[in-house]
Amino acid sequence: MAYDLIVIGGGPAGYVGAIRAAQLGKKVACVEMDRAGGTCLNWGCIPTKSLLKNAEIYHLLKHQADQYGLKVEGLSYDWDKVIGRSRSVADRLAGGIEFLFKKNGVDYIRGEATLESPGKVAVTDSAGAKTVHETTDILVATGCVSRPFPDFPFNGKTVIGSKEAMVLAEQPKEIVIIGAGAIGIEFAYFFNAFGSKVTVVEMMPHILPVEDDEVSKTLEKSFKKQGINILTNTKVTGTKDSGSGVEIIVEGKEKQMLKADTALIAIGVAPVLPGGMELKADRGYLVTDDTYQTSAKGIYAAGDIIGPPWLAHVASWEAIQCVEGLYAGGTPKKVDVFPGCTYCHPQVASVGLTEEAAKENGIAYKVGKFPFQASGKAQAVGDSEGFVKLLFGEKHGEVIGAHIIGPDATEMIAELGLAITLEATKDDLEATIHAHPTLAEAVHEATGQAYGHAIHIPN
Amino acid sequence: MATIIEMPKLSDTMTEGTLVRWLKNPGDEIEVGMEIAEIETDKATMSMEAFDDGILHEIYVQAGEKAPLGGKLALLLEDGEEPPALDKEISSGSIPVTAMEEEESTESAAATSAVGSLPEPVSGGARVKASPLARKIAAERGVNLTQIQGTGPGGRIVKRDVENAPVAGASLVAAPPSAVAAIRPTIGANDERIPLTGMRTIIAERLLASKTQIPHFYLNIDVNAAPLLAFRQQINQASEKSDNANKYTINDFILKAVVQSAVAVPDVNASFDVDAIIRFASVNVSVAVAVDEGLVTPVIRDAQDKSLLEISRSVKDLAARARAKKLAPDEFAGGTLTVSNLGAYGIDSFDAIINPPQAFIIAISSIRKTPVVDANDQIVIGQRMAIGMSCDHRVIDGAVGAQYLAEFRRLIENPALMLL
Repeated sequence: MAYDLIVIGGGPAGYVGAIRAAQLGKKVACVEMDRAGGTCLNWGCIPTKSLLKNAEIYHLLKHQADQYGLKVEGLSYDWDKVIGRSRSVADRLAGGIEFLFKKNGVDYIRGEATLESPGKVAVTDSAGAKTVHETTDILVATGCVSRPFPDFPFNGKTVIGSKEAMVLAEQPKEIVIIGAGAIGIEFAYFFNAFGSKVTVVEMMPHILPVEDDEVSKTLEKSFKKQGINILTNTKVTGTKDSGSGVEIIVEGKEKQMLKADTALIAIGVAPVLPGGMELKADRGYLVTDDTYQTSAKGIYAAGDIIGPPWLAHVASWEAIQCVEGLYAGGTPKKVDVFPGCTYCHPQVASVGLTEEAAKENGIAYKVGKFPFQASGKAQAVGDSEGFVKLLFGEKHGEVIGAHIIGPDATEMIAELGLAITLEATKDDLEATIHAHPTLAEAVHEATGQAYGHAIHIPN
Repeated sequence: MATIIEMPKLSDTMTEGTLVRWLKNPGDEIEVGMEIAEIETDKATMSMEAFDDGILHEIYVQAGEKAPLGGKLALLLEDGEEPPALDKEISSGSIPVTAMEEEESTESAAATSAVGSLPEPVSGGARVKASPLARKIAAERGVNLTQIQGTGPGGRIVKRDVENAPVAGASLVAAPPSAVAAIRPTIGANDERIPLTGMRTIIAERLLASKTQIPHFYLNIDVNAAPLLAFRQQINQASEKSDNANKYTINDFILKAVVQSAVAVPDVNASFDVDAIIRFASVNVSVAVAVDEGLVTPVIRDAQDKSLLEISRSVKDLAARARAKKLAPDEFAGGTLTVSNLGAYGIDSFDAIINPPQAFIIAISSIRKTPVVDANDQIVIGQRMAIGMSCDHRVIDGAVGAQYLAEFRRLIENPALMLL
C-alpha cells in the first residue's frame, strides 16, 4: 500500500509534519529509529527544563531561604532522583506522541530509514529486516546531534555532549563547558546550582553570543556572582583525556590549563543524514527551495537538518509550512522572525533584531528599557534581576526587537513575537492594558520609556 | 422588502460617480425624499435622495470611493426585516467588475486599482485587515488600503504589501494613472538616453498628476500694457535717483497685481483637499524660474503684506539663488498660486499646467505691438499682453476666475492702483 507522505524522523519537525499531513486527509507514515519526540523531547528541551527546575528550587532553598523567612536544615538532594524525574517526564511525553499518531491515523514505523529513490523508503528494523515502503512524497526530518570537538572524541564519561550530560550517573565535582550558547549556559547553571565547580569557555567576546550584548553582559555578571568561572575571548588550544579526567589548555587573556572530571562539549550540532540517495547539501545541511523541496523532486526537508536556527519551535513551524504547502494549497513561508530562549536563572529570551544587528543593517531605531528592579511584581516574588529592552523602528515605532533577561522571560517573549508578526507599533503596546501586578507590565513600561512616558522610572 | 440603493444618473454624461460622503449611517431610518449621500459627478457634487423608505442596513461603497452608474451603494431593509440570504453575494459582488480585471496580475495589486473594481474587504463594514505599521505607512504614502491584496497571516495587509503598492495621488480620489502601461519611444543607435534627475522625476510626477487628476479649465484675456510700460519707466527714473535705488521689471508689477487680485477675490487662493476646500490666509506666490536642468518654483511668502519694492527684491534674490542652487527646501514649499512668465521669450500666448495642490496658475506672455481699435473706433498701435489663467474647477468656477482676471486687468491697466 502506497503512502501519500513518509516522514523520516519523529522529532518536532517530523511528528508535527506527519500529524498535520494526516489532519489534511493524507495517508502518512513516520519512521523513527529511536523514540518519537526526537532530540527535543528525549534529549533536549524537555528533560533539561526538568533538570533546571530541580536546580532552581535547590539553589533557592540553599541560598535564598533566609530571604523568604524559611528555615531549612539538613538540605540535601538525591542525584539519581534528580536525573530520574527528568527521564520520567521525557518517557511520559514520548508515549504521548505515539498516542497522537494513533489518534490521527499516522503509521508509526520503528527502524532506520534509507532513501532508495524518490517515492521509495527502505526501513531496517532492530532485527535487521528490511521493508521497502512506497510513497508519493517524502519529508526528511532527521535532525542533528552534538558536534564533537576536534581530536577530543566523546566517550560518554569524561568527554560528553548534552545527551550524556543529562544522565550522568555521578555528578562531576569539576566540569569545563566548551561553548557558551544556550546549551552550554543551561548546563553551566544546572551543575553550578548543584555545587559542581563550573568553568565556561567561549571564543566570542560574550556568553550567549547571538543575544543582545547588554543581555549577555548582564547574564555574565549574574553568573559570576553565582560562582561560575567564565572565560570569554578564550580559545581551547589543547585537550587531554586521561580516562578519569580531562586537561584543557585555553588561551585568552592568559594561557592556562583547566583540570576537571568532565568536559561538556557544547559547540554546536552536526547533521544526521538518512542513508541512500545523495541530496544537495551545504556544509552538511540539506539545501531546500521555497517549498522546502530538496534537490530531488518529491523529497522535502524541514527542521534542524536544513540548517540554523536549530530550534524545536522553528522545526515544527517549518514542517507545517512544508506540509500545508503540499496539501493545503498555501504558499509556504521560510522562517524569518523567531524567538530564542535560554532557561538558566535569570532567564533570557529574545525575538527580532538585537541592537547590534539594527546598527549593522543601518536601521534607525529607538530603545526602551525597563529594569525589573522597578517592577512591583518582581520585588514581591523576590526576583528582580534583569530588564526588558525593546527596539522600535525610529520612523513608525514598529517593534523590531525584544530582549528580556529576568524572571519568566521565556514566557513573556510571546507577546513581543506576536507584536512583530502583527507589525504592531509602540502605540498598540501602549494602548494595551497589562495586568497589575505582573512582570509583563515591564513591557508596557519599556515601551513608555522609549517615548518618554514611563511612570515608574526616569525617562 | 430589501432594496439595493444604486448609483443614480445625475448628469447626462455621467458614467460613474464618487461617493463624497454618506449623510446617513447604517441603522438610520430612511424616508422617501430624504438626502442620504453626496455624489460627485463629472459636473458637480449633488445630493442623492432616497426613493424608498426603510432602514439603512449596510453600506457597500465608502466615502471617497467610486462606483459606476447602477453600481450598488447600499442595502435598505424594512423595519425588522432580516437581510436576505444573498446579502453576502450582493455585497461581495456589489460593484460590477469592469473589464480591467481580465487577468490576474501576479506582480502587484496595480491591476485591481481600476476604477469601479473594489476588492473584497470593502464590502460590509469596510473593515480592512491591515497591520498597524501597514496603516501608518499607507497613510504617509497616500496608499488606499482597500485596493491592496494582503499577504500576511490570514490575508492581512502587511508592510511589504503597502511598500509594493502603487501610490495614489497624494490627496486625490481619482484612480492612479499607472494603470496604463507607459508608452515608450523607439531608441536608435545615435539617440541618447538621459536618465531622469531627481528634479525631472518630480516635474514628471507632479505635472502628470496635475494634468490627469485636476480638472483644468482655461481663461484667456489680452490686457492693455501701455499704461504699465509708461508707469514703469516713470518709477524706474524716479527710483534711480533715490537712495534705495531698484530697477523694477514688468514681472514685479505683474506679481504685485496677481497678489492684490487674490486678496480682492480670496476664493481663488485655495486648495482642494479630498472632502473640503482649504482657503489660505496668506497669499504665497510660487514663481517659476527656469534653471539649467529644469524648473523650480521658489515661493514669496505673505506676499499680500509686501510692497512692490519688497516683492521686487524677493524675486531677484530667489531667482539668483535658485540658479545658484542655494535655495533651502522650505523656500519651495507652501505656495498658494503660481506665476509662469514667458514674456522674455517672445511667446504670444500660452496656458500653463496647475502646480498641485494649488487651484490656479497665471501664464504671462510677451508685450507685443498690435493694431487695436481705440475708444474712437480708430485702428491705432496698441501694446497688448496675453494672460492665461488655468483653474482647478473643483475649487474655482468660471465666474470666479473671470472676476479674478477682471481685477487683474483693472490693476495692470491702472498701475498706480497697485501702490495704494
